[in-house]
Amino acid sequence: MINFQYSRANNVADAVRQIAADPKARLIAGGTNLIDLMKEEVERPSRLIDITHLPLKAVEETADGGLRIGALVPNSDLAYHPLVAQRYPMLASAILAGASAQLRNMASTGGNLLQRTRCYYFYDTATPCNKRTPGSGCSALNGINRMHAILGASDACIATHPSDMCVALAALAATVHVTGPKGECTIAFGDFHRLPADTPERDTNLGADEIITGIELPGKGFAKNYTYLKIRDRLSYAFALVSVAAALELDGDTIKEARLALGGVAHKPWRDLGVEASLRGQRAKRESFIRAADALLRDAKGHAHNAFKIDLARRAIVRALTQAARGTPQSQSSKKVR
Amino acid sequence: MAQTRPSQPIRQTIPAPHKIPLSLTVNGVERKLELAPWTTLLDALRDHLDLTGTKKGCDHGQCGACTVLVDDRRINSCLTLAVMKDGAKITTIEGLAKDGALHPLQQAFIDHDAFQCGYCTSGQICSAAGLIAEGKAKTPEEIRELMSGNICRCGAYPNIVAAILEAMERS
Repeated sequence: MINFQYSRANNVADAVRQIAADPKARLIAGGTNLIDLMKEEVERPSRLIDITHLPLKAVEETADGGLRIGALVPNSDLAYHPLVAQRYPMLASAILAGASAQLRNMASTGGNLLQRTRCYYFYDTATPCNKRTPGSGCSALNGINRMHAILGASDACIATHPSDMCVALAALAATVHVTGPKGECTIAFGDFHRLPADTPERDTNLGADEIITGIELPGKGFAKNYTYLKIRDRLSYAFALVSVAAALELDGDTIKEARLALGGVAHKPWRDLGVEASLRGQRAKRESFIRAADALLRDAKGHAHNAFKIDLARRAIVRALTQAARGTPQSQSSKKVR
Repeated sequence: MAQTRPSQPIRQTIPAPHKIPLSLTVNGVERKLELAPWTTLLDALRDHLDLTGTKKGCDHGQCGACTVLVDDRRINSCLTLAVMKDGAKITTIEGLAKDGALHPLQQAFIDHDAFQCGYCTSGQICSAAGLIAEGKAKTPEEIRELMSGNICRCGAYPNIVAAILEAMERS
């Protein structure tokens, strides 16, 4: 780790003032990703602004029946919060599918959105990486790319977003609350993370002088028909090869509304509104799910080591929609996929 | 023939910060420290407080050997900056035994032979103490899942699960 200065923010305005004053500073909350990246010298901030004392730790009901989650609520507290477990079990399940119990105790809600890719070349400062050093090239494109993207990638970057929680937040159509020098604003979850295109150094549309203050969930939680299905190289404590957040609203066996988001396949949680719309009015059965999976993966592109993900994703989507339709969500402790 | 090369400019560095005073209540005893901000809680415990029971394994939050309890919650001390925990209550493996009697988890790990080399054991036991306090695991399956942040390269997992299960039933 290189030298850095340390300061505390006393309130949100103070945090914004401090981060706006120093473009090389970083906000720190849980630190689970940032400190790791600093040890590797991938991140070299001039200053860490400690925001852990800000009053952003509440989970509150909103007037329209949703939930407002403070940016500093730890992942574990959010997963086990009674209102989340009861109304948004897909979110709880996705959180518990990620990281370890220790990391979930440390990691914050806002920080989860801002964690960076686990592409090995991004972490290895001895290799070119357009995300770490723009213009240097992408080592994964012709290197080891088993973990990498099959959707929405570019010639500049085939990294994936590592979060599980964000996949559920995308499917639930959450909103990100942000404060910057110009005041407060909201960003729709689907607009928060970016595709790499030719600027892979930018993961999100959050300004360098802005801070996430909270996440808002709309009233609809799909608590009856949902699942979070995560496929990985070992049964626990590993990043997804493919994960699927699937939620259905059913009228008998007819789909009234469908939500489908994928993790581990793109630079952002992958949600296809057209595919969701095409499921509306369909029977909740295997044939409909196969058509949806094929449509969602129509432009999928594999590389030397990750082409298997296309078929894996197709099967995972069908399985996840089947689990959701049956009302038998994937257990995150028993790993049996049914 | 030796050539005279222009002297390289010294890489511009950020000025070294002042050490920051902080106080931690470690195993019930208040300890005052002055630390550079990059000092992890793990290094503070081992190098500044001589509490070497907490182990440095991977130093990247992947193995769990550094697990301690901060305000009664299990965390990875290698990914925690000590200055950010000013005023916190820290419990390490050295603080689990009470009045000369081993903590039930320590006794259960011995009874079940739940280790071989022992390097991961401090982290396993602190993590298990956190697990029991959380109250979310009831079955061996759930214990395995919620202990997945603690790696044992000797592969003592079956005995670790048995030890935790017994300590959990006693508590």
